[in-house]
Amino acid sequence: MQNQVLQEQLQTAFSEQIITLSSEYDEVTMEVSGEHLLQVCQQLKETDHFHFEQLIDVCGVDYLDYGKAEWVTAKATSKGFERAATRTQKINVLKRQGPRFAVAYHLLSLRHNRRLRIKVFLKHEPLIIPSVMEIWPAANWFEREAYDVIGIMFEGHPDLRRILTDYGFSGHPFRKDFPVSGYVEMRYDATEQRVIYEKVDIEPRVLVPKVIRQDSRYVNPETEQGENNA
Amino acid sequence: MPDLKNLTLNFGPQHPAAHGVLRLILEMNGEVIERADPHVGLLHRGTEKLAETKPFNQSIGYMDRLDYVSMMCNEHAYVMAIEKLLGITPPIRAQYIRVMFDEITRILNHLLWLGAHGLDIGAMTVFLYAFREREDLLDCYEAVSGARMHATYYRPGGVYRDLPNAMPQYATSKWRSEKETRKMNESREGSLLDFLEDFISRFPGKVDEYETLLTDNRIWKQRTVGIGVVSPERALALGFTGPMLRGSGVAWDLRKKQPYEVYDKLDFDIPIGVNGDCYDRYLVRMEEMRQSNQIIKQCISWLRANPGEVLLADHKVTPPSREHMKDDMESLIHHFKLYTEGYSVPAGEVYSAVEHPKGEFGIYLVSDGANKPYRLKIRAPGFSHLASLDEMSRGHMLADVVAILSSQDIVFGEIDR
Repeated sequence: MQNQVLQEQLQTAFSEQIITLSSEYDEVTMEVSGEHLLQVCQQLKETDHFHFEQLIDVCGVDYLDYGKAEWVTAKATSKGFERAATRTQKINVLKRQGPRFAVAYHLLSLRHNRRLRIKVFLKHEPLIIPSVMEIWPAANWFEREAYDVIGIMFEGHPDLRRILTDYGFSGHPFRKDFPVSGYVEMRYDATEQRVIYEKVDIEPRVLVPKVIRQDSRYVNPETEQGENNA
Repeated sequence: MPDLKNLTLNFGPQHPAAHGVLRLILEMNGEVIERADPHVGLLHRGTEKLAETKPFNQSIGYMDRLDYVSMMCNEHAYVMAIEKLLGITPPIRAQYIRVMFDEITRILNHLLWLGAHGLDIGAMTVFLYAFREREDLLDCYEAVSGARMHATYYRPGGVYRDLPNAMPQYATSKWRSEKETRKMNESREGSLLDFLEDFISRFPGKVDEYETLLTDNRIWKQRTVGIGVVSPERALALGFTGPMLRGSGVAWDLRKKQPYEVYDKLDFDIPIGVNGDCYDRYLVRMEEMRQSNQIIKQCISWLRANPGEVLLADHKVTPPSREHMKDDMESLIHHFKLYTEGYSVPAGEVYSAVEHPKGEFGIYLVSDGANKPYRLKIRAPGFSHLASLDEMSRGHMLADVVAILSSQDIVFGEIDR
């Protein structure tokens, strides 16, 4: 109910900027483009009927492997269902189209007691998006983190350094093409008497394969797009 | 006269007042802080990335290790996110158990914070006092889950098992006579609820003890009053939540404003501060312990009167009982599938937040319909608090940085993730 009101208010206020506006799981998500972001955020914070005074979270999402599974689940071969196959190519279960990277902002309005998620998809490299630090100073470290782990650049951020990874780290570890085991490992070398970095000697392995099941209880006939094809 | 320059001081990462592994670069003009640059990430384990490689249930244990002094509250946010995606609601008894353990966790967290805060400012005794009470509560953790810290007790669809009817007891030893042991075991004769009831009757007196030591203590007040003042507007802008926000006088608590589980059925108050300094944050947390005590009391009486299920019987998500598994084929299949592949959740994205002892702890979960999270983002309250250390400590003395830092209740498990 409250979400409906919020959706209508957003629709009237940002009819031109909104790319999509949806309410799923009782949460309102508004997608805007990068160039409208600052203007929309400014308005969301300052107008009385929105008044989102708190920025709760900023994070980057990498959609590279979205909807790609490691096992076939819908079809059986003559030998039964596929078991424990090692494959180099992932199976495209949900055919997702759209840009690879997105930034999600979670806002909270204490006055109206409601939340809003803003999503911005980054359509092309280089991944640059304006920083919202001027509007919410809380964005400072969150944007540094998104830069560090996903590699999104925030234009106008005064101090965009790495935050979570090691000094001198290269790469962006939360991208989907970055292996879980990483590329380098560190140890103390007794002969050189210092810490040295080496190439990792463990191979990435999958313990439990990722499967996407079209559980009949959750399938919504309207949005059903799942078709398992190997 | 020699040319006077600013001094850059490296504080941590191996310093007892750094609360773990914080490295602070302090630019100082004499004894006064001009800039503080916290370097975090020394405890970064990539929890979010690891969670993407595992079925949902296997990451519950990782959640304990985020903020390792308020374990069950972390789990709570995570299982709530999964439940939201699955569209399931745990049985009412499980909700009461969760709320009760959330509040036990809050007391555990605040006790550790109080002890560490006291140590940092030079009050030794309160640390020993706080740990005495922590011991009893950790015994409750142990009784219910088998582990004293990393419980993995909450599961999507409820809690792992019902409250036990017996408490672990002390044994006599070379150092402990039978008479002593009997005295120590007095409150442990009955069930967990009996033990907790005994605890909550004792606990307000213990909080009085801490307050006698600190609240009107001249040295304590000199070290905390007027230190690290944050105005309510600034606290909101900096993304403060929890006691940090309430210490600045903003009445905001998710347990009241966006109640989850059964918080709307319980009677408790939200303490708020006035000045937004370290002393007010201390007072807020002390009162929160008393309020948590109230909540536990109400939960105990409800739980005594209402036995019932604590885990949903939906075996696509929760395991069947061992007994069933051994003589029912379908249960065996369910068990096998759950513990190998796990369950798949519908595609979508959710954000679920709980009022964690430190503030708003949120889980942003993106799912593509698989048996693993597609993207998991942990919103740790300490992250925004520590980010403001620079602003809060500017113009203060070096010793005040320690007071401000510990009044933020920093734990690196959640900040570095």
